[in-house]
Parts: sequence; C-alpha cells; structure tokens
Amino acid sequence: MSSHVGFKNKWLPIALIAPQLLITLVFFIWPAGQAIVQSTQLEDAFGLSTEFVGLENFVSLFNDSNYLASFFTTLQFSITVAVLALVSALILSAFAEHITRGTTFYRTFLIWPYAVAPVVAGSLWLFLFDPTIGVVSEMLQWVNVDWDPVLNGSHAMWMVVITSTWKQISYNFLFFLAALQSVPKSLHEAAAIDGSGPIKRFMTISFPLISPTSFFLLVVNFVYAFFDTFAVIHAMTQGGPSNSTSTLVYKVYNDGFIGLNLGSSAAQSVILMALVALLTVVQFKYVEKKVAY
Amino acid sequence: MVERRPLFKLFCHVILIFGILAIALPVWLALVATTHENNVFATGTPLWFGDLGLSVFWDLLSSDSSFNNSALPITHMLFNSFVMALTITLGKLSISILSAYAVVFFRFPGRMLAFWMIFFTLMLPVEVRIMPTFEVITNLNMLNSFSGLTIPLIASATATFLFRQFFLTIPQELIEAARIDGAGPIKFFFDILLPLSRTNIAALFVITFIYGWNQYLWPLLITTDAQYYTIVMGIKQMLGVVDGIVEWNKIMATTIIAMLPPVVVVIAMQKAFVKGLVDTEK
Repeated sequence: MSSHVGFKNKWLPIALIAPQLLITLVFFIWPAGQAIVQSTQLEDAFGLSTEFVGLENFVSLFNDSNYLASFFTTLQFSITVAVLALVSALILSAFAEHITRGTTFYRTFLIWPYAVAPVVAGSLWLFLFDPTIGVVSEMLQWVNVDWDPVLNGSHAMWMVVITSTWKQISYNFLFFLAALQSVPKSLHEAAAIDGSGPIKRFMTISFPLISPTSFFLLVVNFVYAFFDTFAVIHAMTQGGPSNSTSTLVYKVYNDGFIGLNLGSSAAQSVILMALVALLTVVQFKYVEKKVAY
Repeated sequence: MVERRPLFKLFCHVILIFGILAIALPVWLALVATTHENNVFATGTPLWFGDLGLSVFWDLLSSDSSFNNSALPITHMLFNSFVMALTITLGKLSISILSAYAVVFFRFPGRMLAFWMIFFTLMLPVEVRIMPTFEVITNLNMLNSFSGLTIPLIASATATFLFRQFFLTIPQELIEAARIDGAGPIKFFFDILLPLSRTNIAALFVITFIYGWNQYLWPLLITTDAQYYTIVMGIKQMLGVVDGIVEWNKIMATTIIAMLPPVVVVIAMQKAFVKGLVDTEK
C-alpha cells in the first residue's frame, strides 16, 4: 500500500483511527465471530444450555427442503432482477447517448428512484398491484388474468421482482451512460464513414467495449438483489404465499428474529457471509482490470 | 456528433420520454390518490386528480393523532428520521475522514491490520449477522435509543477508501511545504486537507444521507418502542392492516412524504450524487 511520508507521531494516528476500529470490532467483527461460534452449537428448547454439535446445523440445513427451496427462490429472483434491470438500463442509456439536448433533464428524471427507500418502493407498487383496486389487476383483467399476489406464488414473485428492478434501473443507467460516453468517438466516426448505422455500431463497437462495466454491474446487481431487497419483500409479501418469495436473507431474519432458532439462523448467516465474501472478491479482482481500453 | 439523422434522434427522445413516464407512473398514481376521498378507490384507481388538493397532506402533517396502525404522528417519525439520517451522515463522514487521514499520512504499528479490518466490514452487511448484532446491542443496553440506531451504522469501509484514494493524490510537496511553514498534523488537517476535500465530502454526504434515511432492517431490529419509529419503518406499519378499511389516500401521502427528503437531496445535489455513486464503487 503506497502512502505519503507524512508526520511523525506515535499516538495521534491511533487516536484518529480508534473510533472507526472500535465500532468495527464491536458491531461487525465480534458479531460475525459469534455467528460462526453459534453455527456450531445447538440450544435446547428452553434456552438454558448449549452444546457443541460441529457441522450438524449445516448438515440439517442442506437436508432441509425449505432451505434448498429458498436458495432456488433467491437465485430465480436475483437473476430475473439483474437481467431486467440491466437490459432496460442499457436500452435507455444507449438511446440517451445519442441525445445532445436536454441530457440533464432526462438524467434527472431517470435517476431519482435510486433515492427511494426499498420499503417505500414496496408501498408504491403495492398500490398498483392491489388485487381489488390496483391498476395492474385492472389491466390484466382485459386479458383474462386473475391477478392475485396474495395467494398465487408466481404473481407475488413478479410483484417483488418488478418493484426491485424499478429501483435499480437508475443506478445501472448512470454507469452504462458513463461507460458508453467513454468509448472513443473516432471509432464511431470511422464506422459511420464505412456505412454502419447507429444500431450496428452499438452492437459491434460500444457493447463489446463496455463489457467490463457490464460485468461489474452484473455483480453489483446480484449483491443488490441478494441483500438490499429485504425491505421490499418484508413490506409486500412477507416471504409468502407459502414461502414462494422467501429469499435467503428473508429466511435468516424470519428463522432467527421471529422463529428464534439460533443455531440454524447462525449457520445461515455463515453461509451468507461466505457468499458476500465471494462476491466482494470477484468485484475487487475485477476492478483491478477495470481500465480495459 | 457523428452523423445527422433527425428521425433517429426523434426516436431516441421518444424512447427516453417513454422510459421517464414508465418510471414515474407509480408516483403519479400515488400523487393522484392523495387528492381523492377514500371511498373513490372502491371503483378502482383514479388516473386524474380529485378535488381534495393537498388537504390530506396538511391533515397528516398538522394533526397529532395517528391513523391505522402507526403508533406515532407523522411529524414525530419525520423528526426521528432526520435525527437518524443526519447523525449517521455526520458520524460516518467524520470517522472515515479521520481514519483515512491516519492511514495515509502516518506510519504507525498495526496500520495494515487496521486497514484490513476496515476492509473486512465490506463483507459483513447487517443482513448477514442479524442475530449476533442484535445480542450485542441488547448487552450494551442500546435497544430503543438513538445511539443504538446510529452508532453501529457509522463504520464505513467505502467512505474511508474514498477519502484514502483522494488523499493519495495530494502531492508530497504540499505536505513538505506545510511542514516547513511550521504546520503540525492538526493544523494541516484543518487548514489544507479539509478544504481540499470539499467535493468528496459533498459527494459522500448525498450517498450517506440516502443510506441513513432509507434504513429499514436495522430500526426494525432494535426499536420496539414506537417513540423511535422512523417514517420509513412507519410505512410498513400502515400497510399491515389485516381487516378494516385501507386508507390508500393517507398511505400514499405518507409514502410521498417519506420519499421526498432523499429525492430532493439527489435532485438538488445531482452532480455530487453522481460523483459519489461512481467514486464509492472504485
């Protein structure tokens, strides 16, 4: 790690960094360690004693069809959200790139959903998706679809997917637009002289050149769908109907905080930590090579 | 501009306007809903404004009474949200800039260890350590308090890294010049570093304010006393009506009130926001 040759002082730097380290230790590292310890323990029904059970909690998790189903639900949810949010943002930014007038206007009206809290987004869309009064159910009646997210699992899934996607488009849009604008103009000019139109140029020049950004956004969108959508699900479906929208993070909360199954919840936490660690490593390894062109 | 294609340009504008409208649709319907009496919704969602004007908003903001399941008047929840968001923002910015200063401008034992410990927090979002963190808060007697709501959230690897990146670009000569002129580390920090960091501070302010205002899982875990409910949490309470009449006009008005402060910050400080978003991901 490079650094300045700055000041010589023994205690000042330690005092400066102490508050950050203290909070990190007490509220991050210690609880994470506790989760690892608890994941190897089993508490009796009255919470009076705990015993060491090794990997038993993990084994029972992977034999639990509910947990495996939640894994599958999370994967399905995250892939759909990531693909929808990436594709719609890419389309919008590809067209925005050609615009010379009113760019600030368009940008302003496309980025504000980023500032909306997930639970607020849930509330807004719940109004649209309401089975009796919502606009969506009314429109779906024209095509004879009986919209009922309260009882129908796949309807509920679409509801949380669309809400989560809506919130993520602005983020992707900003990054795609920046990447598209950094593609050298000379390449576009040369291709235009050779007779290729804007769509062909996008497919053969811009899209391949922004692939580092696309990959980076894919990882970020996965992290978002995994961890930041708890509030959407909690507000809209509470994981239901019959667990059809219960993602891994929702399940940790539900099993630990509501169901008070400490050992299992801790084991789930450890698995999630491994997942975030993996995604963080992928993200950082990639960022090193970010400047590809 | 590469070429002149007026029709294609028009097409671009059409697509973008369509995108803007699609994204704004839920807020439009919510805004329209606040201007209607609640019995209107029995026949479906209205698409154009009713004749209540802003009265639903005024009722919510002026009355001390609460409605539905929300246990606290909206103004009180708004106050809680502002206290929480601003404390988190100020706390996060202060401790991050200080630790970045220590890591970049000083050599001290354990410097690398400290750096990696801060890095480690990136991998430990609240969502993955719900129960053990809750236990820590309980043991420290921080349930139902503003300190419990804010302090655990002000540690930040991303903000520290952003300041570190920026500090590394400050030329060595500047420090030497300051030292020759007799400035100590504290004077250097306040008189040179802090003014230079203005744009970075503004960028982080926007990102952190949104982060603090929109917290949901954390207050959900550690507040059981309605006194500490934030407006973002309060919305969930209102949605939780099982029987009885759902007062959509009031719920939508509260939803709009809850989203307004962070949206205003993003739009008013757009440049800082974009910079913050792009820089914190590096």
